[in-house]
Amino acid sequence: MKIVCVCGMGIGTSILLKMNTEKAAAKLGIDADVTAADISSARGSAQGCDLILTSQELATELDGASVPVVVINNFMDVGEIETKLQSTTGR
Amino acid sequence: MNWFVTILNFIATQILNVPAYLIGIVAAIGLIALRRSVGQVIAGALKAAMGYLILGAGATVVVGALTPFGNLIFKVSGAHGVVPTNEVITAQASTQYGATSAYIIVLGFIVMLMLARFTPLKYVFLTGHHMVFMSTLLAVVLSVGFGSDHGLLVVIAGSVLMGVIMVVMPAFAQPFMNRLTGADQLAIGHFNTLGYIMSGAIGTAVGKKSKSTEDLTFPDSLRFLRDSMVSTTMLMIVLYLVFAVWGAIKLPFADLMKIFAGSSGTPTVTLGAYFMAAFAQALQFGIGVAIILYGVRIILGELVPAFQGIAERVVPGAKPALDIPIVFPFGPNSALIGFLSSFVGGLATLALIAVWFGPAWGVALILPGMVPHFFDGGGAGVFGNATGGRRGAVVGGFINGIMITMLPAWLLTVMGSLGLANSTFGDADFGWFGSVTGEISKVGPTGGSLLMLLMAVVLVASAWVYQVRLVARGWVPGKARAEWLATQKKQATPA
Repeated sequence: MKIVCVCGMGIGTSILLKMNTEKAAAKLGIDADVTAADISSARGSAQGCDLILTSQELATELDGASVPVVVINNFMDVGEIETKLQSTTGR
Repeated sequence: MNWFVTILNFIATQILNVPAYLIGIVAAIGLIALRRSVGQVIAGALKAAMGYLILGAGATVVVGALTPFGNLIFKVSGAHGVVPTNEVITAQASTQYGATSAYIIVLGFIVMLMLARFTPLKYVFLTGHHMVFMSTLLAVVLSVGFGSDHGLLVVIAGSVLMGVIMVVMPAFAQPFMNRLTGADQLAIGHFNTLGYIMSGAIGTAVGKKSKSTEDLTFPDSLRFLRDSMVSTTMLMIVLYLVFAVWGAIKLPFADLMKIFAGSSGTPTVTLGAYFMAAFAQALQFGIGVAIILYGVRIILGELVPAFQGIAERVVPGAKPALDIPIVFPFGPNSALIGFLSSFVGGLATLALIAVWFGPAWGVALILPGMVPHFFDGGGAGVFGNATGGRRGAVVGGFINGIMITMLPAWLLTVMGSLGLANSTFGDADFGWFGSVTGEISKVGPTGGSLLMLLMAVVLVASAWVYQVRLVARGWVPGKARAEWLATQKKQATPA
């Protein structure tokens, strides 16, 4: 599945979220292709993907995106990402 | 023997000295250390190298837009106009200093790991783009100060200084982070830490009885500012047009038409074409920054996981020092207030420089950069609110705005020919640390490096003491206000 991690400029927190999402996906045995994006290009990137992960404050900017947007509160908490991935993908 | 020397020479000049390939090799080493497959290593290395070249392409676009702007500012005001944008100055410095900064970032990272492992300062700096900026800054400032013959010394001094600053700044900010987060899990790894500490300290002084910013309701209409490409470009449009109008009033027509002549050299013909050219160049600045960011994103996507993977093995259990947006959720209103307040502070300082400092001492006109004020000011607002409520956020943000307008002006004086560029590093730590290092390096290679070693030792020692005596013992600033808030809550909710 394709996952896009979104943050303000696409170079800071989204990279950390991408790393930890890859770890979480590996733990769950999900074959995920994870990319980082900034909020400006997020909607565009969203077109070809299955899931968007981002922070609480940016989630509102992505209202109306064609894919599910899941809020991650602590980007460094692999456990939280795992739980949320599990509930979204039903694995 | 000759062919051996030829090969070594080839590797040295054609590969190890080309920043893009060097970054590719660094990424490859990192990926190998993470035990990735051969395919992933090659792909990662190629991507990192290409990311660097994309950065260079973005630089060309931005410089093309900034040069006429700087020219215009100079013609109308006689001052050197600068828009502090880290990505731009880094991209501009990349051709000449890219290789040096690549060595500094790798060795600096190792120094940081050693310090984290062998001292109580267990912080791992994980904000990739700030590592890139700091390594570039040190490469420039040290090369300019020591001279181009001392490449090895520049790398050694730069790596030591970089490793030290990456460990020490998060430590100094930790008590304020702990007040803010209410725990001791996260550290701040962002080179505007001086601004955050000042804001937190000011908050304790001015906001003992100030309510939190989060109790206010904020209009949603300001949300669009969160999109940095939009807000940066909008600000540049305003700045370009302001100066364009000023130019139209002040300059003779023939000179005016030459300003946005473009690469073909043909001047604009009518006033209307002139203004639209200014508008177009403002947009070019925005897209140039977007291209640079795209390149940075690709590089960091390969480097940061490698850095984190290695750090986890060398210093398990260390605190991650992260990018400033991680504190925004702890106070979204305060981030916005801090940003606005910082911007106002920046404008006020700019007016002061334009009217007094500039003409008197040739201080450069540091125009407000949207990105620095948003992230640095926002962060200052959050730290200020944590210790001093609304007053803390406003005053802390304002002081931050002053700092990030004055410090870059000082920094320009130690950056050699890049000090004449129309952009520079925007955040406070780049400002003070870069300037201090630059001033020290003027002493000369031997004296300068000894003084720098002394500075490094002093920083580590004071951070060590600070960590053991204050942080580890749970000292958190703003106790008086916390107690006041608790009594307020008790009064509001009768038992």
